[in-house]
Amino acid sequence: MTTLDRKKAPSFQQVNNIKFLDVTKTHLDNGIEVNYIDGGSQEILKIDFIFNAGNLFQSKPLTASSTNQLMKEGTKKYSSFEISEGIDKYGSFFEVENSYDTATLTLYTLTKHLSNVLPYVKEVLLQPEFSKKEFEIFKENAIERFKINLEKVSFLARKEFMNAIFSEKHPYGGTVNINDYSKLCLDDLKEFYHNNYNLGNCNIIVSGKVDKTSINLLNTFFGKEITSQSTAKTQGDLNLNIDSKKVYIEKENALQSAIRIGRIFPNKLHKDYFGLQVLNTVLGGYFGSRLMNNIREDKGYTYGIGSGILSLKNTGYFFISTEVGSDVTKDALIEIYKEIETIRTQEISKEELDLVKNYMLGQLLTSCDGPFNMASLFESVNEYGLDYEFYNNYIKSIKEITPKTLLELGIKYFDKSELTEIVVGKL
Amino acid sequence: MINFDKFTLKNGLKVIVHKDESTPIVAFNLLYNVGARDEDENQTGFAHLFEHLMFGGSVNIPSFDEPLQKVGGTNNAFTSNDITNYYITLPKDNLETAFWLDSDRMLSLAFTEKSLEVQRSVVIEEFKQNYLNQPYGDVWLLLRPLAYQVHPYKWATIGKEVSHIENATMKDVKSFFYKHYLPNNAILTVAGNIDVEDIKQLAEKWFGNIPSGNAHKRNLPKEPKQTEAKRLKVERDVPANAIYKAYKMCSKKHADYHTTDLLSDILSLGKSSRLYVSLVKEQKLFSEINAYISGDFDEGLLTISGKLLDGISFENAEQSIIKELEIIKVDLITNNELSKVKNKIESTSQFSETSVLNKAMNLSFAELLGDANDVNLEIEHYQKVNANGIKRVANEVLNESNCSTLIYAKQTMPANN
Repeated sequence: MTTLDRKKAPSFQQVNNIKFLDVTKTHLDNGIEVNYIDGGSQEILKIDFIFNAGNLFQSKPLTASSTNQLMKEGTKKYSSFEISEGIDKYGSFFEVENSYDTATLTLYTLTKHLSNVLPYVKEVLLQPEFSKKEFEIFKENAIERFKINLEKVSFLARKEFMNAIFSEKHPYGGTVNINDYSKLCLDDLKEFYHNNYNLGNCNIIVSGKVDKTSINLLNTFFGKEITSQSTAKTQGDLNLNIDSKKVYIEKENALQSAIRIGRIFPNKLHKDYFGLQVLNTVLGGYFGSRLMNNIREDKGYTYGIGSGILSLKNTGYFFISTEVGSDVTKDALIEIYKEIETIRTQEISKEELDLVKNYMLGQLLTSCDGPFNMASLFESVNEYGLDYEFYNNYIKSIKEITPKTLLELGIKYFDKSELTEIVVGKL
Repeated sequence: MINFDKFTLKNGLKVIVHKDESTPIVAFNLLYNVGARDEDENQTGFAHLFEHLMFGGSVNIPSFDEPLQKVGGTNNAFTSNDITNYYITLPKDNLETAFWLDSDRMLSLAFTEKSLEVQRSVVIEEFKQNYLNQPYGDVWLLLRPLAYQVHPYKWATIGKEVSHIENATMKDVKSFFYKHYLPNNAILTVAGNIDVEDIKQLAEKWFGNIPSGNAHKRNLPKEPKQTEAKRLKVERDVPANAIYKAYKMCSKKHADYHTTDLLSDILSLGKSSRLYVSLVKEQKLFSEINAYISGDFDEGLLTISGKLLDGISFENAEQSIIKELEIIKVDLITNNELSKVKNKIESTSQFSETSVLNKAMNLSFAELLGDANDVNLEIEHYQKVNANGIKRVANEVLNESNCSTLIYAKQTMPANN
């Protein structure tokens, strides 16, 4: 037997071939577009109903998210209990989610139970009641959750950060305060629903074991409804406030400080987006990133630190986020800025860049694994009017990008004077 | 149905192989049969601290993460009271890298002082982030020692106190490694579009010559049967009062495990469940209420926890919970209720099987508990549960004399330091 050289890594290859599961576009009888991705071996389905009904469309804080959550709490025909019971009975799950741009209602079900649960889904989407009784319960419990969140340094830092990089009047900014809950009024929710939740303003994405029957069922339940064009309008002032800020909120007894550093950034539609994704990965986008290596693995200041780019319809933002021991807050900030400065002063070595490229391609392969993952990938470009070509470009850009281009991007986007900094805890 | 092959290397390493042709990703899951329950009471948090040190380089390879990221892979690990589990996902073509990396750290670690020093700090920050600097974060640090007198479940995986982590020495680290990190104390599961013959060859090549050792014989003190109610009241700087009621329940291998799990689901899974409907929606006593089982290998806990709405007294809140429990102890649940929670188990299991990593983990856990094939019998066990069983278990478990209650009250005066 030959001795094994344990110091020598086995040979490997860069991910070359990523197979995207096909998306098929079809229309219900009334013209509603349905995209579906058939795949996987389980007899299960995920159906997303995506509306342009996120915060972007609200004129008062909390309207979008409250409308989204209250829809399930009772309809013309069914009580809140009957809806939950009707869906739970078949082991299905029906979840709602509100984000900056969109509001989504997602059904997870065994394919065999689709026809049993769609009546409830249809009622929730088309006939929500918004009763006073349910509204009051929702509000009271939401206030309790909010009060608890206000005790978390990470929550406060995120909230302050959004408010600092966007102006008070921008729909992505606008801090929520506890008295915004008492200002919530049921008529605003009804109006928001009326303006934003019509089927003409809805994208349906189906993934899993999709067959003719499931599409026919969707047609039976949703294909006969009269749809109207959306009257949804974006609200507020979409101008971006580019002044950077420094905000420090002291929490006397904090054992850790939450730090957020970042700025407005290009979104998926911008030519710099792919390069910035690579740069973000180098800086804080994976376990081996420079921030992790320095702040956690070398200094032990934190349990974790990371950075990310969030793409939104009208813009995007970049953020670094961590919680560090309150006794080392200042030291951690110094080290974070050191790493940012290095991004814009030194070219990334070929070795590090190759590693990051391979890592990113491997992660993309993972995020294409199975119909549900694929549906998420599709959704996240479809809302920009893009298709899978986006990912082909992404792969190509990652493979081709050079240290020189990344340095140029670093200089352009990572100027310290343009970064907003939030610290909640102790300095 | 999850098909698999199973074989054991001469050194005792068990290997399970599951073929799933639908994915380009391979999951590589290595479970070590050691958890926080194996720690010394004066040195708690050690299994978890040790998990961190497993990433500090091994005897022949200075960095674990870097070579893995270089081949497009990603990894993580977790420690529970029962086990320590390490997992990797990576593109199929680069699978051998996982064998190379994980076999080397089973062989021996680098044991550098720097790594120990840094990971001690990292874990202390983790302790602060998740347990000390969060509202309600210390609940389990309080509830475990209240519920358990002698069994090591009386401390949390993060440890009883920060000083135990601060005091960990390199000598402790080494002896822990040589005691527990043995091929005959581990289970490897590989899942993806792979062939068992290839895995046999890779396992033999990389793990085959790692010497086996004397596997630690676990001999844990058995928790005596609880005979009277235990209570603890604390005051903390939190915005809402909360109550936690932890009832002793059977072990994971016990015949009543699945019944107890469904009992907790009937109480609180989803918005049509009993506690939610009665206590949150109808009586408006709680802003949230939950019931869940700990899922521990040894005798565990069924916990009911809730946050009280402003102006609701602890007495009222607690009595209303107990009243709901009395109902389920007296009246049989309906068929409708029972089939609802069974259907949820079925769909949750189907959704979980879309991931090769979940499948690999579940195979490993089941093998450790007795037989990997039990993953395929789980649903059957749940299907067999009936209304009489639920009533019987409710009567056995949901008694005050079997319960540890934590009253977590908001401070009447704000802290003044």
